[in-house]
Amino acid sequence: MEMNIIEKLKIAELKGRGGAAYPTWMKWNLVKEAQGEKKYVVCNASEGEPGVFKDKYIFEHYSEEVINGMQLAMETVSAEEAYIFLNKEYFELFGDKLKKIIKHLNIKLFKKQGHYLSGEETTLLNELEWKRPEPRLKPPYPVTNGLFDYPTLVNNVETFYCVSKIDKDEYKKTRFYSISGDVKNSGVFELVEDWPIKKVLEETKNWPKIDFFVQVDGGASGEIFLPEELDCPARGNGAIIVYDKKMTDPMQLMRKWAEFFVKNNCDKCTPCREGVYRLKEMLDQDKLDKKIMEELFFAMEETAFCPLGKGVSRPFKSLIEKLKL
Amino acid sequence: MKKIDIIIDNKKITTEIGKTILEVAKENDIEIPSLCWHPDLDVKATCRVCVIEVKGKNCLFTACSTKVEEGMEIITDSPKIRKARKINLELIISQHREECGDCVYSLGCELLKMAKEYDADFQKYEDRRKDFPAYRFGPSVLFDSSKCINCRNCVEVCEKQGVGFLELEEKDNIWEVVPSKDPKKDCIYCGQCLTHCPVGAFEAIGEFEGSENVLIKEKGKTLVVQFAPAVRVAIGEEFGMEPGEDCTEKIAAGLKQLGVDCVFDVCVGADFTTNAEVEECVECITKNKNLPVLTSCCPAWVKYIEFYEPEFIKNLTTARSPHIILGGVLKTYWAKQQNKKPEDIVVVSVMPCTAKKYEITRKELEIDGMKPVDFVLTTRELAFIFKRHGIDLKKIKGVPCDNPFGDPSGAGIIYGASGGVLESAIRTAYKKLTGNDFPGLKFEAVRGMEGIKKAEVDMGGRIIKIAVCNGVGNAKKILEEVKKNPDAYQYIEVMACPGGCIGGGGQPVPMTPEIRAKRAKGLYKIDVNKRVRKAEDNPQIQKVYKEFFSDKEVYEKICYTKFSQKEKEN
Repeated sequence: MEMNIIEKLKIAELKGRGGAAYPTWMKWNLVKEAQGEKKYVVCNASEGEPGVFKDKYIFEHYSEEVINGMQLAMETVSAEEAYIFLNKEYFELFGDKLKKIIKHLNIKLFKKQGHYLSGEETTLLNELEWKRPEPRLKPPYPVTNGLFDYPTLVNNVETFYCVSKIDKDEYKKTRFYSISGDVKNSGVFELVEDWPIKKVLEETKNWPKIDFFVQVDGGASGEIFLPEELDCPARGNGAIIVYDKKMTDPMQLMRKWAEFFVKNNCDKCTPCREGVYRLKEMLDQDKLDKKIMEELFFAMEETAFCPLGKGVSRPFKSLIEKLKL
Repeated sequence: MKKIDIIIDNKKITTEIGKTILEVAKENDIEIPSLCWHPDLDVKATCRVCVIEVKGKNCLFTACSTKVEEGMEIITDSPKIRKARKINLELIISQHREECGDCVYSLGCELLKMAKEYDADFQKYEDRRKDFPAYRFGPSVLFDSSKCINCRNCVEVCEKQGVGFLELEEKDNIWEVVPSKDPKKDCIYCGQCLTHCPVGAFEAIGEFEGSENVLIKEKGKTLVVQFAPAVRVAIGEEFGMEPGEDCTEKIAAGLKQLGVDCVFDVCVGADFTTNAEVEECVECITKNKNLPVLTSCCPAWVKYIEFYEPEFIKNLTTARSPHIILGGVLKTYWAKQQNKKPEDIVVVSVMPCTAKKYEITRKELEIDGMKPVDFVLTTRELAFIFKRHGIDLKKIKGVPCDNPFGDPSGAGIIYGASGGVLESAIRTAYKKLTGNDFPGLKFEAVRGMEGIKKAEVDMGGRIIKIAVCNGVGNAKKILEEVKKNPDAYQYIEVMACPGGCIGGGGQPVPMTPEIRAKRAKGLYKIDVNKRVRKAEDNPQIQKVYKEFFSDKEVYEKICYTKFSQKEKEN
């Protein structure tokens, strides 16, 4: 007997490619088992962090695979309806193309309205319901109480692509790396998922000859690594940004991050809303008050409402520590 | 509910599954500080002050949003917790422009209390919102956005009221609370934003600035103060008394000490309203005209109908609200009796309400160009004035209100609680139509704090279907029902605030369901001890009816009004 897709996902050890790396088979299973008059499947294509552009690449080259993955999901969890949540740019770029592939399938395209980070699932679901774009309290989780309170499977574009490949037995444990910054050969590359970052940069002819550092997992919330620390695989969304150490002004870089967070956070909770505001205020004044920063990061890490807020400190702390600022 | 055992701060507690840590802590008198949490509202978990530790878990959790689990060990105080609370408090303080002398939280400002407890530095950051604007909503409510801490309670409660006038707008990349520019949305002045704001960003217009002058007597004028039923069972809270304690005579004594000439009771006005309303209502019901009848003594509800649901304007009873009728009587009948010129009488109403400040600006209420009521003070404002003058209601020896309008029926007293207006009307109408007293003079089905109460009354062979709503959101549900089935009810009482006027926007804060229930209980206690229990039996109003209201034109002018569709005002 042919193996069902959930078993295949389990064997393939596929983890969500949006960044949180939750085992895909478990998520699918939870939605499948969940009780509900109705179920939804949602493809998260809200990709919006600087330096992350692999979903765009996947839509350019593999839209059929993504739709196929979604269709498999709909069949598996018994969802009659699905949405693709697209950021504004991707909606304009790929809307028509996707519609042609979707044809009679009950998959609708949704154009993201604001600029807030919708990578977080429940924020995305609120946007789909035309509610304020901010995270929901968890539990309950989307797998049981998702879109319009029905069990909902939310997966990233790349995850659906992988599902399709796994289903066709074509999956080779690869992932898509977005490589950018001070490199010669920027772009998106499909390579083995557990290759060390160093190898990824070398194989793509991107290993810099200059002194550099990299940011992994997003051009705002990603962590900073030094060249000698690149023997581990890239986590999260697989984005690698290379910075020329000599040419990069770390204060300017941090200001850029802070501005991104001020613009893209949802402002719901005190530590993230006010913490990021104070961080930006301080950096704009060209100050680096370590004591205040430690406090703000502590409050965000420990008490922010959602993972975005909890993760704000990561780039700043690692940059300050590693560049000995 | 399934029982589970948990431990909070080494104390073993048996509780039920489904509750949050904060709820269980409150039930067991364990203090966890919180700001955005309010028992009337959903858990939003925005302020992040109520953080606690759970043994075996690394990060902190918010007690308001985390549900208890079997065997959970919770720690509510540790260096880590204190540090997190202190930082978040400092961030909150940096949003909030302090103006502690002028704040609705005269006693018990949680933010200030916590700031002291956690040694929060007020000067750490410059106030982010120091230049933020203050918005005025009609003559009723002031929103000083330089004090807002973005907890969003006001937005939620405004939505719950079915109004949605307060909303979020992105300003310099931060979502801030603003009044809506949508032409289809307007403030109804209920003031529930104020009672649900944890940091006093809302206040009544006139509150603190200028309200005091209202009670300073001008030479040659007669200063009359009348106060509403709900005021007497709440004002004591501002002086450390229990909610529900009857302060009728203490208020009268305090006002006298301030030099007020006469102190009258709005409950006597309520007796007038009941009579006028029953007269109209009986006619509507017997002639099957403009049914269901909707009560109209709540000005926030009236504004809601006039703006949001104008097709129901014809259903509003045209009987004037209690303080407006009594004000009118004072400036006509009483003025003549006292040999005073009406323009020399200044009538001030002390009300549990911010919308009453709006009501008195209505042109159509004027009697021969004269306003029945000149000023409205909220319960809080009166307490503030008393305190300014060193009057402690807790200590003051009470005196009775003045006659001829100081002794209401019990029916007039219960006007302040949800269901009270309707019960008063039923007591009168029942007697009128059946010749008997309503059984026990107690209409249990319409009492209590539930948002919607329904009942049927047999009025001498005719069954009258009744609905009582508190909170406009609840009233909206009943209106939807009526739109589908016009015969669903014949008589509907609506009070815009939770629990009725006792939960009004002019009442002391904080305000919780328990506090409202105690205030309502206080009113019903006064009612049962009254000699006269039905409006029409009150000799004080009987006298006016006999001596003055026999002239139908005068009666109409003083006791009835009209309503009209309203355009957006804010």
